[in-house]
Amino acid sequence: MQTTRVFPSLSIFWRSFRLATWLGWQIESNWADPFLFAIYSLIKPLSSAAILVIMYSVITQADFESPIFPYIYLGNAFYMYVGHVMTGISWAVIDDREHYKTMKYIYTAPVHFPSYLLGRGVARFIIASISVLVTVVFGVLFLKISIDIAHVNWGFFLLTLLTGVVMLALMGLTLAGIMLLLVHHMFGVGEAVAGALYLFSGAIFPLEVLPTYLRPIGFLMPITYWLELLRRLLVGNIASSFPTLQNYSNSHLYLILVALTILFAILSVFVFRACENRAKELGLIDTVTNY
Amino acid sequence: MAITAPTIPKASGWKLFLKTVIARAYPRVIGQQREKSWMFFDIFLPILGIAAYVFVYRAIGAPEEYIGFVVMGGAMTAFWLNVLWSMSSQLYWEKEQGNLALYIMAPNSMMAILLGMALGGMVATLLRAMVILVIGGWLFQVRFMVANFGLLILVFFLTMTALYGLGMMSASLFLLLSREAWHLANLAQEPIYLISGFYFPVKNLGFWIALTASLIPLTMGLDAMRQLVFPSAAQFGFLDVQIEILGLLILCVLFLFGARSLLNYMEKLAIREGRLTESRR
Repeated sequence: MQTTRVFPSLSIFWRSFRLATWLGWQIESNWADPFLFAIYSLIKPLSSAAILVIMYSVITQADFESPIFPYIYLGNAFYMYVGHVMTGISWAVIDDREHYKTMKYIYTAPVHFPSYLLGRGVARFIIASISVLVTVVFGVLFLKISIDIAHVNWGFFLLTLLTGVVMLALMGLTLAGIMLLLVHHMFGVGEAVAGALYLFSGAIFPLEVLPTYLRPIGFLMPITYWLELLRRLLVGNIASSFPTLQNYSNSHLYLILVALTILFAILSVFVFRACENRAKELGLIDTVTNY
Repeated sequence: MAITAPTIPKASGWKLFLKTVIARAYPRVIGQQREKSWMFFDIFLPILGIAAYVFVYRAIGAPEEYIGFVVMGGAMTAFWLNVLWSMSSQLYWEKEQGNLALYIMAPNSMMAILLGMALGGMVATLLRAMVILVIGGWLFQVRFMVANFGLLILVFFLTMTALYGLGMMSASLFLLLSREAWHLANLAQEPIYLISGFYFPVKNLGFWIALTASLIPLTMGLDAMRQLVFPSAAQFGFLDVQIEILGLLILCVLFLFGARSLLNYMEKLAIREGRLTESRR
C-alpha cells in the first residue's frame, strides 16, 4: 500500500523537475541561434571578470602572482552561480506569472511547484557552469592562475561545488516563495540579495577589508565557506593565506557548509510553504500587475 | 434649439509636439517617484556594486582617488541603465503591452514621444544619481573638489544630450526586435561598464580601445567629469577636457540627427514587415 502512495509522488517530483528543466532551457536559449547564444552567454561573465582584472592590474602593475589575485578572480568566477541559480529560480515566479501568464495552468496541472521551480534553475546552472569554466580556463591560460591539476582533489571539489549549488537552489526557493507575494516591479529583490551576498561573503576581497561591524554577516553566510573551500581546493595554500578562515581546515569548512545548507533547506521548506499559502489566500497566484 | 458640444481646440504643429513631450515626460517623473520600491532598488543596487569595488580597491591598496572614481562611475550607471531599459527597449515594452499601435495611430510625432521619455527619464535618474553620489561619497569619505562648476555642468549637459540621443536612436532599432530585446539590453551592461571605464580610468584600456569606446558618450563624459571633480585626476585622464567637450558636441549632433532619420526609416520598415503589433514571447 505504501509504495502506491510514495511512488506516484516521487514520479510527480521527477516529472515536474525534468520537464521544467527542458522548458527552462528552451526559454533561456531558443531566442537566438546557438552561436549567438554562446557568445551572449560568455561576453557578460568575461566582461565582469575583466573589470576586476583591469582594476587589479592598474593598481598592482599586473602582479598576477600575488595571492590576492587568484582570491579575487576565482571568487568572482564561482560567484556567477549565485546570480544564475539563486536569482534564476526566484525569477521564474515573475516570468511565469507576469510574462507568460502560465502560473495558474501550472497550479491546476499535476505539477509539484517547488520541483518545477528547481527544474527551471537547471538551465541557469548549465549556463553558469559554462561561464565559470571559460573564466577559470582563461585565468589559467592568460593570467597566471596556477591550478595544479594533478594535485587537486577533484572528488572533494565536485562534492563541494554540488553542495553549494544545492544550497543556492534552496536559497532561490526561499526567494521564490517571497516573490509569490510580491508584485512584478519588485523583480529587483533577487538582484539585491545577490548584490548583498557579493559584498558580505568575501567573494572578491577578504572579509578583513569590511568594517568590523559588518564582518559577522559574512560569517553567517554559507557562500563565504563555499567560496573559500572552492578556492582552497583549486589553488591550495594561496587561498588559505588570508586570515579570515585560516583556523578552519577544509573538512571544517565543508561541515559548516553542510550544516548551513541543511538549515537553509529547512528554512526554504517552511518559508516557501507559508508564502504559497498566503499567496493563495490573497488570490495572488495568477495576479498580473502589468508594470 | 440644438445643443452643440463645446469644441476643444486641438493642438497642432509645435504646440502638439511640446504637449506630447510634456505628456510623455510626466509619467516618467511622477511614476518613478511614486513607486518607492523602484527608488530603493535604483539606489541600493548601485551602492552595493560601488561598495564591492571600493573594498576591492582597498584590499589591493589603491590610492584614494580610485575610490572617488568608483563612486562617480557607480552613480553614472543609473543613467546607462535608464537609457538601456527605459529608452532603448521602451518601444519593445510598449509593443508587448499593446501601446505602440496607439502611439503610431495618434497624431503626435514619435520623435516627441522619445524626447519626452528622454527628458522625463533624465530628470528622474538625475535625482537617483545625486543620492548615490551623496551616500557613496559619505560612506567612503570621498573628497570632491570641483575645479570649474560651469565646465562641469556643460560636460554633464552634453553627456546627457548625447547619451539620451543614443538612447532615442537605439529605441528605433529595438522597434524591430522581439524577445531578443530583453537579452540584448541585458548584454549591454557589464561590457559597457568595462569599455567605458566606469570603475577605472578609461585611459588604462589603451588609446584605440578608449577612442572606440568614446562612441558611447559616457566614456568621454565620465572621464572629463572625473578630471573636473578630482584635481589629481588630470594625470589619469584619457584626453584633455576641451577635446572631450568637442567630442561630446559631435556625438550630440550625430545621435540626435541619427535618431530622427533612423526612427523614420525603422517605423516604415516595421509597418511594411508587420512587426509593430507582433508579440513573440
